Amino acid sequence: MPYAVETRDLTRVFAGKKKHWWRKPKPNEEESRGPVTALDGVSLQIREGELFGLLGPNGAGKTTLIKILATLLLPTSGKAFVAGNDVTKDPFPIRQRINMVSGGETSGYGLLTTRENIWMFSQFYGVPSKVSKARIDELMHAFGLWDKRDAKVRLISSGQRQKMNMIRGFVTEPDILFLDEPTLGLDVNAARTIREYVMNWVRGQSGKTVLLTTHYMAEADEMCDRIAIIDKGKILACDTPENLKRMIHTQTTFRLEVDPLQDTSTFQRMDGVVNFSLRDDASKNRTELTFILENEAPVAEILSAITAQGAKVHALRKTEPTLEDVFISMVGRGFE
Amino acid sequence: MTAAVARRSDLRFRIGLNLRSIVGRAYPRVIGANREPSWIFFEAVLPLLSIAAYVYIYRAIALNQVAANPVDAPRILANMNALVASVVLGGAMVAFWLNVLWSMASQLYWEKEIGNLQLYMMAPMNRMALLGGMAVGGMFMTSVRAVSTLVAGVVVFGVVFQVANPLMLLAVFFVTLIALYGLGMFFASLYLLWGREAWNLSALMEEPIFFSSGFYFPLGGLYQSGGWGSVVAVLGSIIPAGLGLDALRQLTLGETAFGGKFWVLSAPVELEILVVLAVGFLILARYALAYLETLAKREGKLTSRHQ
Ligand SMILES: Nc1ncnc2c1ncn2[C@@H]1O[C@H](COP(=O)(O)OP(=O)(O)OP(=O)(O)O)[C@@H](O)[C@H]1O
Ligand SMILES: [Mg+2]
Repeated sequence: MPYAVETRDLTRVFAGKKKHWWRKPKPNEEESRGPVTALDGVSLQIREGELFGLLGPNGAGKTTLIKILATLLLPTSGKAFVAGNDVTKDPFPIRQRINMVSGGETSGYGLLTTRENIWMFSQFYGVPSKVSKARIDELMHAFGLWDKRDAKVRLISSGQRQKMNMIRGFVTEPDILFLDEPTLGLDVNAARTIREYVMNWVRGQSGKTVLLTTHYMAEADEMCDRIAIIDKGKILACDTPENLKRMIHTQTTFRLEVDPLQDTSTFQRMDGVVNFSLRDDASKNRTELTFILENEAPVAEILSAITAQGAKVHALRKTEPTLEDVFISMVGRGFE
Repeated sequence: MTAAVARRSDLRFRIGLNLRSIVGRAYPRVIGANREPSWIFFEAVLPLLSIAAYVYIYRAIALNQVAANPVDAPRILANMNALVASVVLGGAMVAFWLNVLWSMASQLYWEKEIGNLQLYMMAPMNRMALLGGMAVGGMFMTSVRAVSTLVAGVVVFGVVFQVANPLMLLAVFFVTLIALYGLGMFFASLYLLWGREAWNLSALMEEPIFFSSGFYFPLGGLYQSGGWGSVVAVLGSIIPAGLGLDALRQLTLGETAFGGKFWVLSAPVELEILVVLAVGFLILARYALAYLETLAKREGKLTSRHQ
């Protein structure tokens, strides 16, 4: 079975701005003039049924990759296949199977209602009107846009607009859906509605694939089966969120809140304890202990050593390294 | 569990897909535009003002001639009526030229700016269905406007038309529209690469074409003026409105109007040329768009930077 998406050594270079003798360069334009390598030898394989995330800072090349896969941009070199078809040579069968939604999109016509706009776009995929209208009604309920079904698009809020765009993406029942920062600028509830719908859509049926880009670490972590970290057009790592986090932290971190202890020397001698630290919280008359462990095995021994001293454990928390940590360790800087 | 839907790509499916696309793209023009009632003022009433300016000039001239030469009054007045009718007809057709310039030619550029173009280009529909939908919607919407201008003109200025061959008239009208919108489709592709400069070009083409295509006077007069006037008129005839209007005037005023002196060619010949222009522009549009789409995909200009 072909991959839903496959790229081989995919490279895209944007030519710099041409110099025109009649145009004076603007002061800070010099830097933006040279050619930009937006994608640099990207090789990826996304399996059918995967919810795949692309994580990277501004200008990393995420949108460029999606545009190439959506047959809107030609690669400079290398190959890209969607549903087994070459994006350069055979776009028609790809276009039948894909759709794309970008955050902050302003598509459609302001004079049409949300429903009319979505219907219009579905016509470009040959969806019969009756089928299209039934699907739109169903999706509008699912996204909580039903009461805005007859509102003109130029009068709805940006969050409602984004929901409309999402429905536009789903109404053609694509096999592969590209989502470019779909929750950009949305409030918590709207973002959650969208995330949950996307996850159910991929996992609740077979044969559906999503390629998602996002700036939100937690979102990528929560949603994606696998994540590729991309920076300056290069893929730095590609794995499940768990494995990515394991890559940088082979150790686990535990935090405990306990009654003040007399003897803490025994902890250092235990097997599997890499390090620990303690901090007294005088106001609560408690001590906070942080353990860095090779694995979770020593936890039981630590707890019994504490209770043997007659002290009580008030809280025990295992804290995971976040994707953010992974990202910082790889890219050498955080987001934004 | 539903497996991935099998996708059809047979001829029947493709025809259905592209017909649906045309209807889909025409829809916002047909429905959406009429949701703003202000169009009645801007597009049916305002054109009457330009028409009125010409009508009063022609009337004033004619009345002066009658005063100087009362014996010739019937011929002069008939001429004047034919001129006024020509102006009303031309004023109604202006709506189509403006629509082609501002809503066809610059349309793809505008769609790119609001982010629709990439969604259109990503869809499986044929690109000609996209342009065709724009054209069909534009023709329909503009016909409503042109007819209201025409009716208003007839009522206000008391114009009398005499149609001897309604079939021929319809044929000329529709072929003119197809040629005109074919030209618009061709421009639309070109504008895709020219971007913002295209707006200036549209503005530049507006007034001179009114003149060189004879929107407000019979084009034959300009043809026969000799020298540069003839050159301008020949160039103006490439814009299908020029010959189309000339033929429409012959068919609504009678060939003998203006003593039969002001016509460019006979209506059937003009119809033949219009058919050639229509087919030619459609083919040009088809290839220009295919070529420019590839170019835009190579240069990264199909989508605007901020998306
Ligand atoms: N049409 C274009 N012409 C020239 N350069 C471009 C074009 N599109 C993108 N670029 C450049 O390519 C690089 C990658 O851009 P891209 O939009 O793919 O980044 P991104 O990862 O989507 O960033 P963001 O998170 O800000 O959306 C950037 O340096 C950008 O300036
Ligand atoms: Mg982007």
